[in-house]
Amino acid sequence: MSAISQWMAEGDASRRRALLTAGSFLLPVLVWCLVSYVPFIWHPKVMVDEPGGVDYFQSGMLVDRDEFDDQASQMKSQALALPSGHPANPIYLPAPHSVAKALYTGFTTAPESKDGIWLHQSLWHSIQIIFWGFVLSSLAGVPLGIFSGTYAALGRLNEPFIEFFRYLPAPAFGALAVAVLGIYDGPKIAIIVIGTFFQQVLVIANTTRKLDGTIIEAARTLGTRGLRLITKVVVPGILPDLYRDQRILLGWAWTYLIVAELIGTSSGITWYITQQARYQHFENVYAAIIIIGIIGFGSDLLLERLGRRLFPWDRSRERA
Amino acid sequence: MSQLHSIALPSYLDQSDEVRARFERINQRETILEVRNLHKRYRSAQGETEALRDLNFQVRRREFVCVIGPSGCGKSTLIRILAGLESHSSGDVLLDGKPVKGPGRDRGMVFQGYSLFPWLTVKGNVMFGPEMSGYSRNSAETQARTWLDLVGLTKFADAYPHQLSGGMRQRVAIARALVNQPRILLMDEPFGALDAQTRAKMQSHLLDIWKNIDITVLFITHDLDEAIYLADRILVLKPHPGEVQEVIEVPVPRPRSPGQFNGPEFRATKARLETLIHPPTEEETTDEAATLPNHMIRFTDVTDNVE
Ligand SMILES: Nc1ncnc2c1ncn2[C@@H]1O[C@H](COP(=O)(O)OP(=O)(O)OP(=O)(O)O)[C@@H](O)[C@H]1O
Ligand SMILES: [Mg+2]
Repeated sequence: MSAISQWMAEGDASRRRALLTAGSFLLPVLVWCLVSYVPFIWHPKVMVDEPGGVDYFQSGMLVDRDEFDDQASQMKSQALALPSGHPANPIYLPAPHSVAKALYTGFTTAPESKDGIWLHQSLWHSIQIIFWGFVLSSLAGVPLGIFSGTYAALGRLNEPFIEFFRYLPAPAFGALAVAVLGIYDGPKIAIIVIGTFFQQVLVIANTTRKLDGTIIEAARTLGTRGLRLITKVVVPGILPDLYRDQRILLGWAWTYLIVAELIGTSSGITWYITQQARYQHFENVYAAIIIIGIIGFGSDLLLERLGRRLFPWDRSRERA
Repeated sequence: MSQLHSIALPSYLDQSDEVRARFERINQRETILEVRNLHKRYRSAQGETEALRDLNFQVRRREFVCVIGPSGCGKSTLIRILAGLESHSSGDVLLDGKPVKGPGRDRGMVFQGYSLFPWLTVKGNVMFGPEMSGYSRNSAETQARTWLDLVGLTKFADAYPHQLSGGMRQRVAIARALVNQPRILLMDEPFGALDAQTRAKMQSHLLDIWKNIDITVLFITHDLDEAIYLADRILVLKPHPGEVQEVIEVPVPRPRSPGQFNGPEFRATKARLETLIHPPTEEETTDEAATLPNHMIRFTDVTDNVE
């Protein structure tokens, strides 16, 4: 009986959690819908339907509301035909439905020039940049972080400099990276690496330091020494936390993507976004931004699920 | 009443013939651990702390020695030096006549906190030592099974430490230390975090293990009953700095059982330990008492009294 009611309560809790998760996404969308579809909320522009007597108005033109009212009253005083129009939002705020449509048409529309790139190709290129940047950074950053966290002297030797370096904005090295690595993918990957590596060393060194010292001492009394202390005790001991750190760092790597891709010849999703913005296809811009979000968030969710399977002994996740 | 009590109580120095014979036998055995003129000073930002001063004692093979003393008297420092986890300032620590340098497989250690490897199963934890010694996986597993059987945890071989109760975790820790077949088992308040019932069970269990295998035990505790129940000899330390105050040969006959807690030898030994550890004259000199507030701010309604 009590087991059942407990089960019900747990069901309730998880249902409530799912509801709140959905709500956290629905709320911003709701605000966006309100601003887009309720004519008296915001709508600072007027979309001209009929120009009337105003000579520079054209149907389909967006004008400021003040300007429209001004012209309308002038036409009235001159007894000319009144212009007509309806409230509209600026072009940089497309309505949800047009963005939703763009999310689909973005993938189905062929590029404008014949040697152009499809949206999915742009995305794939971006994902590769992130991947290689993150892998290269991790190859050096993870071992260095672990060693710095384990050996106090090594930590003291490199961490002050790294601490200093991480305040230097990664994009500042853009021009240098181009000079050294050319204009294609090299400098972009380099920016991701610079943006990730220094944080990575510090974060992982810290995680390593937090490992319970008793565990290391226990291993030493069991005859572990030298490098094996790191491979057999420190690494497995911090693995779940290391994995969590890497997930957060991967998120940071994504935030460097756009700047990285602007360096040298613009490429990937950034190239797509700048192209679309140039032609004022803002619904496509929003669609692309949302896709970045979906890929980032989705991959993190996936990694989290994977982590649960990889580390069945990890208790810290149960706080959530 | 109290008169009757004191008349009934023998001296803790009185040993029955049986007990005396046992100590004679123990003293014939070879010395496993010898500590000579051991000093330990910690240097820190606040200055120097003298943790241990001129410690001298010996532990014979298969002897069960308890170290007891008030909080902060250097018990952990001592056992960590013996384990090789801490250096000493001067003096000698000899295991089988050879000086101790760093941690080693010849000394097993059980810590107070849970020191099991959380990423390994119970079996994996016990296999860790043999694997570090270069045994094959198969051989390590066979050894682990034997020792898990000894501590009665065969059924939990594939569980993770976080799925076990406190008592079971310490049993795994004991098996993990013993699988390396150390010369001496060092235990730093291993049952300190357990509830009274589990603790009593673990004490009996430890005695059973000790009887059945060739192991010498050095056991740290601050629980007087625990020390008397387990030990052949009790090393009493006094604090600031830690010095040997007295070495007591426990007159309680073996085999021990919880029924002996009220026996005259037991009570006599306990009375002696109490006078050593809580001297009636200087009760207020402990660190704890010095920092306790002598009046308390009232956070509840004046009329709302519980007593
Ligand atoms: N790493 C250290 N640096 C400086 N002083 C220390 C260090 N470790 C212990 N001490 C000091 O040495 C003394 C003995 O400490 P120790 O932990 O050995 O006592 P203990 O008898 O085990 O106490 P408890 O019963 O609380 O476990 C204490 O005064 C303590 O403050
Ligand atoms: Mg201690």
